[in-house]
Amino acid sequence: MNNPAEKPEIYQYVGTRSIRPDGVDKVTGRARFGADYFLPNMVHGRVLRSDHAHARIVSINTEKATALAGVVAVVTGADFPDIPRTMIHLGEQQADIRDIAENVMARDKVLYHGHAVAAVAATSLEIAEQALALIEVVYEPLPVVMDLDTAQADDATLLHSDQVTMTMTGPVENAQPSNVAMYMPLPKGDVTQGFEQADVVIENSFQTATVHQGYVEPHATLVDAQVGGKTRIWTSTQGPFLFRTQIAGALAMSVSELQVIPTEIGGGFGGKLSIYLEPVAVILSRACSRPVKMVMSREEVLRASGPASASRIWVKVGAKSDGTLVAAQAKLEFEAGGFKGSPMVPAVMTMFASYNIEHVLLEGYDVVVNKPKASAYRAPGAPQAAFAAESVIDELALKLGMDPIDLRLKNAVDGGDLAVYGPPFEAIGLKQALQAVKAHPWYGQPLAENQGRGVALGFWFNVGMQSSATVRLNEDGAVTVVTGSPDIGGSRASMALFAAEELGVPPDRIEALVGDTESIGYCDTTGGSRTTYATGMAVVEAARDAVQELRRRAALTWELPLEQVAWQQGRAVDLTAANDPLPLAELTANAGQTGGPIAGSAELNAQGVGPGFGVHLCDVEVDQETGATKILRYLAVQDVGKAIHPSYVEGQLQGGAVQGIGLALNEEYLYTDEGVLDNPGFLDYRIPVASDVPMIETHLVEVPHPAHPYGVRGVGETPIVPPMATIANAISHVIGKRVTRLPASPPRLLALIDQ
Amino acid sequence: MSSSRYYAPTQLNEAVQQLAQQGARAMAGGTDLLVQMRSRLEKPAAIVDLKKIDSLRRVDITADSVRIGSGVTGAELGENTALVACYPGVVEGAELIGSTQIQGRATIGGNLCNGSPAADSVPALIAANGICEITGASGERQVAVADLLLGPGRLDLQPGDIITAIVLPKPVAGQADAYLRFIPRTEMDLAVAGVAVNLTLDEQGVCQQARVAIGGVAPTALLVPDAGAALVGTRLDATALTAAGEAATAAARPISDKRGTVEYRRKIVAVLTRRAAVIAAQRTGRAS
Repeated sequence: MNNPAEKPEIYQYVGTRSIRPDGVDKVTGRARFGADYFLPNMVHGRVLRSDHAHARIVSINTEKATALAGVVAVVTGADFPDIPRTMIHLGEQQADIRDIAENVMARDKVLYHGHAVAAVAATSLEIAEQALALIEVVYEPLPVVMDLDTAQADDATLLHSDQVTMTMTGPVENAQPSNVAMYMPLPKGDVTQGFEQADVVIENSFQTATVHQGYVEPHATLVDAQVGGKTRIWTSTQGPFLFRTQIAGALAMSVSELQVIPTEIGGGFGGKLSIYLEPVAVILSRACSRPVKMVMSREEVLRASGPASASRIWVKVGAKSDGTLVAAQAKLEFEAGGFKGSPMVPAVMTMFASYNIEHVLLEGYDVVVNKPKASAYRAPGAPQAAFAAESVIDELALKLGMDPIDLRLKNAVDGGDLAVYGPPFEAIGLKQALQAVKAHPWYGQPLAENQGRGVALGFWFNVGMQSSATVRLNEDGAVTVVTGSPDIGGSRASMALFAAEELGVPPDRIEALVGDTESIGYCDTTGGSRTTYATGMAVVEAARDAVQELRRRAALTWELPLEQVAWQQGRAVDLTAANDPLPLAELTANAGQTGGPIAGSAELNAQGVGPGFGVHLCDVEVDQETGATKILRYLAVQDVGKAIHPSYVEGQLQGGAVQGIGLALNEEYLYTDEGVLDNPGFLDYRIPVASDVPMIETHLVEVPHPAHPYGVRGVGETPIVPPMATIANAISHVIGKRVTRLPASPPRLLALIDQ
Repeated sequence: MSSSRYYAPTQLNEAVQQLAQQGARAMAGGTDLLVQMRSRLEKPAAIVDLKKIDSLRRVDITADSVRIGSGVTGAELGENTALVACYPGVVEGAELIGSTQIQGRATIGGNLCNGSPAADSVPALIAANGICEITGASGERQVAVADLLLGPGRLDLQPGDIITAIVLPKPVAGQADAYLRFIPRTEMDLAVAGVAVNLTLDEQGVCQQARVAIGGVAPTALLVPDAGAALVGTRLDATALTAAGEAATAAARPISDKRGTVEYRRKIVAVLTRRAAVIAAQRTGRAS
């Protein structure tokens, strides 16, 4: 074997900033997103959504809507199959398929303002809208449960009368019906003993708001579910195979009855791992035997999709006077929305994963409330947990008079240390990232009046899981790479770079495509920061498979044993030096004479995933008369393993920081006392605008991940973990009081300043 | 959004007739009306586009007045250096409306007629003692900007009435204005509160006259005479500025909503008053 890419030190293409293959289509408007698909005879579907946050559905009368000219189908929960309660495996987590089905279309109760209660299909959007207004729903309003205290009160109104509190191993003792869906403790050592050893103890309670992923493209789907044929679903999704599983489950179908075709995707951040419109469009399409297109408005996106959980975290840490952490304890309460399943579990697991602490007790609670069902949002649960943990670590540094980075360095995990949740870390670059921030020119620079500096770190597991890839060589020597991973953050460019490196072909001769569920093998989602890691690994293996075949064809041509043929820089090389090298294009041009088309493929389940650690640094200025915070400068440092396409890795760090700035300063769902969402639009749900943020400076630390052929570790999620804590720490230093509730919107911050 | 008739008259009298129809709505930039139609809050039977009427699209500065056509956009106001020299505060209010793209469409008359309590162009027009010239079915009349506004979305206008221009007095030597608003973001937002200050300083830097108008903190933008009075006769020292701010707080009648609480709005309207007064004073070139 002679394979120079086996453990290459220097790469020809990997690590370069090649031109993004989807760039031209996106900037010219040619790229087709979810709402850009049309079929002959297509009709338009719209959803009627609940105006109540919590109510029993007494009756739904669809007669008048059905009678309206142009209406071709009207459906309600009764038209959907009654699915038994079953936990299904959805990649990174389990979910109850009945909950998913009831979230898509309410049956007996509505559980949040925006919950779907009926849907219509009509020959125009306008007629569909008129029809919605003709559907008569009689509700019996129920008391609304909008926060953690109301939900956990002794006499709380129950969202689900059959729900009891579960643990990982079964119901809690003496389980009674409860809005607490799950309790998870994570004990290590003995915290009581740990706090007895502590010289300094810091304790506080932190709250975060319900927030949305804020992807630019609303959910959109086109479904053709005609009887006798396959049900075809075009949709904007992070995971066509995951959608296939969920849609099939919700509609009691087999996955092979469905073809899911991912469109170009305009952002997801975890929010496009959940199905909303697709099953509704299937039922409508079946009812009218026509293709049905459905597109959410922004208001619907905010009322019925996403969001990320609000949280309340009480936390206590203890340290020796030299800064050694000896104990950490926390109670993490997460709002799940109308159905169980907040990211409480990863919040618990990540909260102190960056530190070596001997005694730990973390207890998580998953609590249902009358808000939309929480969906994944970039490192689900970790930013909230990091806000609490990194705030008390900051407070500890102040109390000990230690530099906040020195305190973290003293306690930070390194390769070989055990994570608080069990397994040992392999090679990781947390300490290098901390040192990079400390060595940065800003660090230690003086600040003006009303300015403050904050630092915080963040951790995310990242995952591997299943991926498939094919690498096909065309007659002209160009290459087509197909994977099943939708490209949200530039992954097609990275896939092309992997194939380029392995094949020795320039990336502009490689077309990387995203296949549908029929054209490529099973692929888990673009989520869990897994695409460049796991799907990239599949592309590498598929390319190596193709290289093997290229060598075999050259060996055949030269009548040499395979071992005498190497693959170097895009050419087969005769190691006996009897023949001139055969370039790839020549081998593909003659493929018909040497055994047929040349391709490679790989299907794998990637193991040994490399976690990501990031450290952020931020300077803020607070207007202490108005409570307004300005982000003066911001640095994101992260151990990225190996940056395959550095521009898109930097883009991930910048994007995560900007989203985190939004969460820290202004983003929150505002509800009325009745549970009505009062800000379902980007005017009053304030994601940052361009002028709100400075250029986010980045610094990539590259500690290669040993399990990946190029040392890749996931990078997409870690960057949103540190910002809330980073900014809250910076603000706290300006005002001399601890920011414990986010967002630190101007009214809230001014109230704290004036307290 | 079906079945709205669309008119694009070039003459004012045509527009007046068309607007007198039942359910007709005037459209200047369309940046409020079209959004309301899309949100299904408005379904006008007819849309009368005023942008083709040349006389509404002019700014005329004479020896004693500044006449701003109602159909002039924020971007055009910002590019008019003579106007900016006279009324920097009026222009900065109009230029805060929307994004760069919106600035090319949104007009000062449209912002006024939308009747939003938080309209950014209005406080400075009130502080400048602006007068609306109105042409309608019953002829022409003049109404002070402060008197035109009756409540949120309610104006002293009859069907067919068109505000053709807003006329401001030509500033005297030592006179300048400023507008400041507070929003949680840096742009693309609606004022939680806004304050305009128009004042005149003598050569010694003593305030001779001051008008303070506040927005976003009452059903309409308001003139606060007590705030102006607190500044007159002073060199805008801390005591005077604090007194002006307190007068603004006292005059505010805010509500708590998703953009801010009563308490918060009362606090920041004082802060904005102090800061806007300082900016206006600096612009006179006579501040001590």
